[in-house]
Amino acid sequence: MGRVMGLTGNEAIAYAVKQCNVDVVAAYPITPQTIMVEVISEYVYNGEMDAEFVCVESEHSALSACIGASLTGARVFTATASQGLALMHEMLYIASGLRCPIVMGVANRALSAPLNIHGDHSDMMGSRDCGWIQIYAENSQEAYDWVIQAFKIAEDHRVLLPVSVNIDGFILSHSMERVEVLEDWEVSKFLPPRKPLITIDPTKPITVGALCLPDYYFEMKFQQIQALKESFKVISEVNAEYETLAERKYGFLETYAMDDAEAAIICLGSTAGTAKAVAADLRSKGKKVGVIKPWVYRPFPEEELVKALGDVKALAVLDKACSFGAPFNALCSDVITTLYRYGKDLNVFNCLHGLGGRDITPSDLKIIFDEALEVAKTGKKGYVKYIGVRE
Amino acid sequence: MSEKKPGWKSLPIGGYLLESGSAMKYKTGDWRAFKPIIDQKKCINCLLCWIYCPDSAIIRLEKYVDVNYDYCKGCGICANECPVKCITMVEEER
Repeated sequence: MGRVMGLTGNEAIAYAVKQCNVDVVAAYPITPQTIMVEVISEYVYNGEMDAEFVCVESEHSALSACIGASLTGARVFTATASQGLALMHEMLYIASGLRCPIVMGVANRALSAPLNIHGDHSDMMGSRDCGWIQIYAENSQEAYDWVIQAFKIAEDHRVLLPVSVNIDGFILSHSMERVEVLEDWEVSKFLPPRKPLITIDPTKPITVGALCLPDYYFEMKFQQIQALKESFKVISEVNAEYETLAERKYGFLETYAMDDAEAAIICLGSTAGTAKAVAADLRSKGKKVGVIKPWVYRPFPEEELVKALGDVKALAVLDKACSFGAPFNALCSDVITTLYRYGKDLNVFNCLHGLGGRDITPSDLKIIFDEALEVAKTGKKGYVKYIGVRE
Repeated sequence: MSEKKPGWKSLPIGGYLLESGSAMKYKTGDWRAFKPIIDQKKCINCLLCWIYCPDSAIIRLEKYVDVNYDYCKGCGICANECPVKCITMVEEER
């Protein structure tokens, strides 16, 4: 067992970043990510971390600086949340399009208006098609473990894509938890210095970001599509190697009590922790329910999801961000698309919950599980529920 | 302009250009929807087309002009300016 520390989600990510020997950090503070950046700047100031910390005037500039640094071959980290991620939107596509293996911590927070600082997924979900690998952690331990793995995945030459590691704002970013950490030398051995494929170098000039017209642009996008497909293999390899090091098993998704489950909840991030506790309670009362928690949201793990479903008859898909005007919210759309592609006809319903940081309580989840068990029998499906919204 | 362009497998990632001065190699001629055809018997070699061409795609020869179709984008300025109307714009077939 590794050394145990008490770390909030923000601190866990910062600690992992320090151990990953990151060369450049450019970030702008925003609630609830602020502490992540503060801790890193302290590490740099104290000399605990040999990195260039670039103070910038906005998140747009933060990611711009990161892209430039990444192109020189440096290992680069940034972090943001909510409006900050929205302000980065333009640069998100440039980071993935220029194939910069940047890792970003996101303390997920609702988007304005109205102004709200609490946790939901509308920031990252609003950028879900930006070509980044997107990971959602359930707790501080997962956030720590995924950051270390994220660099290895991102920097693999078969991938070369940026990765975001998402933690629920406040619920994870500000809650102190028990985290088992690796020793610095173990992380260094797992994650040797980055070996860039192509770098900008004054002695060997290249052009980056040139105009790319209709006759070439599509090929560039197809390369990104392929890189995301390739990343499935790389993520698996990295998970396996990390397991031998840390004795913690990761994958595309985690299943809980799914073996003979009749109904299940699928959700991202911290909600899964509560869902598992409620499922355990319901199991003890003889109700066959389980939980599926995707760790990797992009690329969407279709094959693994179908495998995880087993013989389940009904699914409640919990979304923590609203896709205004869409038939279903984002995660549910992806789940239903997957079922369609694999010819699986399940009774699925969508639950929008937790917007603006509203609590999702054990009793909320118990009601959802009971409804899923009911739906397994009645066959009612394809509707959206809004958990706890007042008339 | 019918040469096949490289596919996603052989192109450098991210749209990087790995050598300098490569703009010369980028043939803009296939942007063309209309192609200027010069009737060289009618051409009086006044060079107005050569002056007006925004892409420097008119080639000066001894007694008449020709078109560099690798770079001619087919704007039609040459045909418009030609005082003896010896340039016809013909639609490209695709």
